[in-house]
Amino acid sequence: MLVVKNLTVAYDDSPVLTDVTVHFDAGKITGIIGPNGAGKSTLIKAILGLIKVRQGSVLYQDCPIHTIQKQIAYVEQRKDLDLNFPINVFDVVLTGTYGQLGVFHNPGQKAKQASLAALEQVGLSAFSKRQIGQLSGGQLQRVFVARAIVQEAAIIILDEPFVGIDLQSETAIMGIMKQWRDAGKTIIVIHHDLNKVSQYFDDLVVMNHGVVDYGPVKKVYNAQNITQAFSADLSTVLFDDQAVAK
Amino acid sequence: MTSISVFISVLGRYEFLQSALLTAVMVGIMSGIVGSFIILRGMSLMGDAISHAVLPGVAIAYMLGINVLLGASVFGILAALLIGFVATHSKIKTDTSIGVVFSAFYALGFILISLAESATNLHHILFGNILAVSDQDIMTTAIVLGLVILFVSFFFKELLITSFDTTYAQTYGLKTQVLHYGLMLVLTLVTVSALQTVGIILVVAMLITPAATAFLWTDRLVVMLFLAAGIGALAAISGLYFSYTLNWASGPAIVLAAAVLFAFSFICSPKQGFLKWHPRRSVE
Repeated sequence: MLVVKNLTVAYDDSPVLTDVTVHFDAGKITGIIGPNGAGKSTLIKAILGLIKVRQGSVLYQDCPIHTIQKQIAYVEQRKDLDLNFPINVFDVVLTGTYGQLGVFHNPGQKAKQASLAALEQVGLSAFSKRQIGQLSGGQLQRVFVARAIVQEAAIIILDEPFVGIDLQSETAIMGIMKQWRDAGKTIIVIHHDLNKVSQYFDDLVVMNHGVVDYGPVKKVYNAQNITQAFSADLSTVLFDDQAVAK
Repeated sequence: MTSISVFISVLGRYEFLQSALLTAVMVGIMSGIVGSFIILRGMSLMGDAISHAVLPGVAIAYMLGINVLLGASVFGILAALLIGFVATHSKIKTDTSIGVVFSAFYALGFILISLAESATNLHHILFGNILAVSDQDIMTTAIVLGLVILFVSFFFKELLITSFDTTYAQTYGLKTQVLHYGLMLVLTLVTVSALQTVGIILVVAMLITPAATAFLWTDRLVVMLFLAAGIGALAAISGLYFSYTLNWASGPAIVLAAAVLFAFSFICSPKQGFLKWHPRRSVE
């Protein structure tokens, strides 16, 4: 279990997260939802060790997270990358092995085979020699999921993986996440589209300047939490519809 | 074409011209390699800054009679650290921080050099004096070239991933800051070597133009590095040829040669596609 305990994170003295506690279970796909500025990215950056934590701790199986940093894979938002970089699909996936290799060791046959296998899994074998800027958004997202596969991490964090991608890619990525879940990994997904929450996730974290609620989707995804995190209007649209349908 | 055979025969006769050519080629190679990483990391301005910021180090080294590389390295790294410090500890953007720091260093360098006037020649530092390279200069350049090649071969995969995707590199625990300052140190060494060939003012051209030219021809980093090195060397050779034949200043001649190669690539390379060699389109 991944445990975030009494976490406080601040940029320039103004706290973004104050005293946040939340659990992520292994063998579960956990979604994180909340409006813009809710602290979703800040929370995962703290888990990833990308920002300084003012107070509190992040523990994985009772170990401080920074001691097992190589056990976390991160699929970031594609917009943060230079798509004109001279690198092809295969080489991007291969960078997934860098963490385990360490400095001074270059990827060998084993690493290359793992990368090819991961590309196969996401259905992009035919594209391995293509420069990354020549892919569609969905294909590119699958490349980064393939890199996460190669990392063989215990925790996989995806930041809005489904934004701006085709349905085929979305389905393929969802399939990979379910495989990870069945292998007992911890999967954390920042998510935008509230419609698919019940369909995609086992557990849910609802955020708005801190954690509003967390737990199994059935328990947490309700009118009260959505009202508190987003708005009463949105809550009415989402949950009254369901009531009518039932 | 007779002038080329004349150039070659003269080259065989004069040792100073051989030394100049050898140094210029080595500088062309190393700045092509390091420059590739500089442009891919979006640090062209940083390259310019560091190349100017070494000036006080050069002056002090002349004054104290110590190795120029040492003096320049200290100030190059100091400038890089200061730029990083100002940018991370204030709301000032990095390019602004670069502008403030490097101009200050450059100004300090000017003053120091004017104080040490008798010992050195400002004109040569600013514009290079390739025809006056000593055997010791050649040795130093060769050592720096060796260091550049070792640095890039040992840390190739780290340089690749931090240039392409720094956030990812940080998530698996790579010390990206250490690598950044390592690259800045190498950049400083290259700058000092290039001082002799093209001078401080044009160093940035040698860092950026061959690398940018190479970028237009390939989609693979390794290929880009070799191409940039080759283009840098080619620019050095042709620049020196024009310099000798037409009596042009060597530094600007080399830089212009590089710019011509870039212009040619800009029009002809498949990446630009002005000539539409083969259409590149993503297949869904």
